Amino acid sequence: MAVDIRADYKPEGIEGAGFFATKLDDVVGLARKNSLWPLPFATSCCGIEFMATMASTYDLARFGSERLSFSPRQADLLMVMGTISKRMGPVLRQVYEQMAEPKWVLSMGACACTGGIFDTYSVLQGIDRIIPVDVYIPGCPPRPEQVLDGVMKIQELVQNESRRRRETPEYKAMLAEYGII
Amino acid sequence: MADIQKNSPSDVLVNPEKEYSILNLGPTHPATHGIFQNVLKMDGEIIVDATPTIGYIHRAFEKLAERRPYNQITPITDRLNYCSSPINNMGWHMTVEKLIKAEIPKRVEYMRVIIMELSRIADHLVCNSVIGVDTGAMTGFLHVFQFREKIYEIFEEICGARLTTNIGRIGGFERDFPAAAWAKLDKFLTEFPVGLREWEKLIMRNRIFMDRTINCGPISAEKALSYSFTGPNLRAAGVDYDVRVATPYSSYQDFDFSIPVGTQGDTYDRFMVREEEMWQSISIIKQALQKMPSGNAYFGDVPDFYLPPKEEVYNNMEALIYHFKIVMGETAIPAGEVYHCVEGGNGELGFYLISDGGRTPYRLHFRRPCFIYYQAYPEMIKGAMLSDAILTMSSMNVIAGELDA
Amino acid sequence: MMTKENQLQIAESLKAHFGDDILSTETPFDFLTITVKKEKIKDVVQFLYNDESLQFRFLTDICAVHFPDASEKFQVVYHLHNLVNNYRLRLKVNMNGEHPELETLTTIFPGANWMERETFDFYGIHFKGHPNLKRILNVDDMLIHPLRKEFPLEDQVRLDKNDAQFGR
Repeated sequence: MAVDIRADYKPEGIEGAGFFATKLDDVVGLARKNSLWPLPFATSCCGIEFMATMASTYDLARFGSERLSFSPRQADLLMVMGTISKRMGPVLRQVYEQMAEPKWVLSMGACACTGGIFDTYSVLQGIDRIIPVDVYIPGCPPRPEQVLDGVMKIQELVQNESRRRRETPEYKAMLAEYGII
Repeated sequence: MADIQKNSPSDVLVNPEKEYSILNLGPTHPATHGIFQNVLKMDGEIIVDATPTIGYIHRAFEKLAERRPYNQITPITDRLNYCSSPINNMGWHMTVEKLIKAEIPKRVEYMRVIIMELSRIADHLVCNSVIGVDTGAMTGFLHVFQFREKIYEIFEEICGARLTTNIGRIGGFERDFPAAAWAKLDKFLTEFPVGLREWEKLIMRNRIFMDRTINCGPISAEKALSYSFTGPNLRAAGVDYDVRVATPYSSYQDFDFSIPVGTQGDTYDRFMVREEEMWQSISIIKQALQKMPSGNAYFGDVPDFYLPPKEEVYNNMEALIYHFKIVMGETAIPAGEVYHCVEGGNGELGFYLISDGGRTPYRLHFRRPCFIYYQAYPEMIKGAMLSDAILTMSSMNVIAGELDA
Repeated sequence: MMTKENQLQIAESLKAHFGDDILSTETPFDFLTITVKKEKIKDVVQFLYNDESLQFRFLTDICAVHFPDASEKFQVVYHLHNLVNNYRLRLKVNMNGEHPELETLTTIFPGANWMERETFDFYGIHFKGHPNLKRILNVDDMLIHPLRKEFPLEDQVRLDKNDAQFGR
């Protein structure tokens, strides 16, 4: 039985004996996407589903997210999981601002995306009121497979991002909209 | 390590002449499982005082419940102690059944007991494995979560959801347990005791674990009672109060189980009480399966609340009207006030319901055990070192959803 | 378990000791409920705690209810429990005013601390003598007491939800 083992994604390039030449952007994208260090900002029930995703059955670590970093300075991917209340908003904003570029934000669960079932005076109706979000995962709570799908979409974004994106005027304009300098 | 003298909490007093350092155990912290903040006043490594701040996940459940009809409140109760949401759901259904004075068949009650004990096992698995993680034993967590996946599969067969289950209806269950659920339950009952025993051998008499957790965050029985502790935290302190025995509900009086009790109320006692409760839960589930009444009744006679079968809705006018009224939340509910409590994963979870005859509750108050016993946390950690404070917090099983509601 | 005779005994013992301060006694759903004058609540609870035949030494819960249409608008409800004999009791206190005042129970039950803070946060009921009466679950600079009936559930400044489509 022949088993076709392919590399995950092989960028286009020129191959020879002992060398492989390709674009720097492709290599950097490949390296970044397979070594995302998430910051699990787990607040409620979605946090428990994230723990199930990290556990052995669904294993997020095989996507390169082996090391969870709780320190914003050392994390790439901010995963906001659970309801964010108005009291927690400034904390989330501060954690986002402390992260170093390049950084991506994943909003997991209905509460983080839009406020979920809690249309109340104390719940922030979606974290995109205060920070820019890259990928939204709907669900209450989303199944671990959905979380993995969301992480894979982040990986696609990471792969295809140009290295100069964070310095472009469009990106800076978007940050200015949120009031992040 | 056992010879390091751990200060008793009452020995520690704030000295106004001394300068202490302030440490913020902030809302986002890897070791606090949930978001709550503690501002600690430290004398070197020893904690002298602590000021907790909660409310970072306040979602206004009680106000939200005043807006929703009775069957729509079940998803809210899911999110109280989300590690064991079926217990919350069953508690709410029983509260409403008490208000409307409904008769529930014995078979339904036994099925409810099985679901509640499974979720109690799930809750205690999380808490105990996380105590292990906080002492550095990550292996146990990964091993034990496999069994949690098995419990999730059983819930999925029954209600379709894993974590926030919305399981059951007022009056019983939405459908009879499918054959696959019974098969998975049997398989679970043969595999889980083996796995639990494996994990216990790893950690329970482990020298490092015992040294870390014995005498860590103790509380005496009198103090625990004065702070209105309930659940495993109170039983670890030595008081054998369990709502399943004191005010039996859902036929718990038919089952033979014991209540594990500790002596000192420290972290090791809380861990051991939860371990033993898991064994007792396994025994209760086995008894329920043995004694399960025959037949296939899965709901009681409450036409005002329980949706009629679809064939009747399409053919029978009365069933159509009931269906419409239940879905639109226009059922006639008697006025009255009722307090019902169940033994949640953390203690006495109480529902105080005041109905004025309208389609939504006039007032619904949740007596949340986490909220009430977390007030004793500053006292429990006075004089302890920072790492002991972290262990005390994780062994108290503070679930943020139940804390803030 | 608590029988009707036990309930009668407790009610009579309280009546004998406090006379007119006990305003009414009911048993909705077989749960003994006693309404007390608001000035006397602490004495009643202390008596229930100290008396050797009553022994209500466990405070289960404190909460409040708002009746905007009644003559006495706020009601604070205490649930007590006698763990030795397994008796439960509900005490109710009615009062009026924009910020009604009541004695704190923290000297008898340290566990009443956060329960009273929550009641203050949601309804604005002041507990005299409470060591730290601040808001606990809502943001500190909130001006209203949200669980009162006149205040809406939803956040009024949200832009993305169309109330007409939600039936409001």
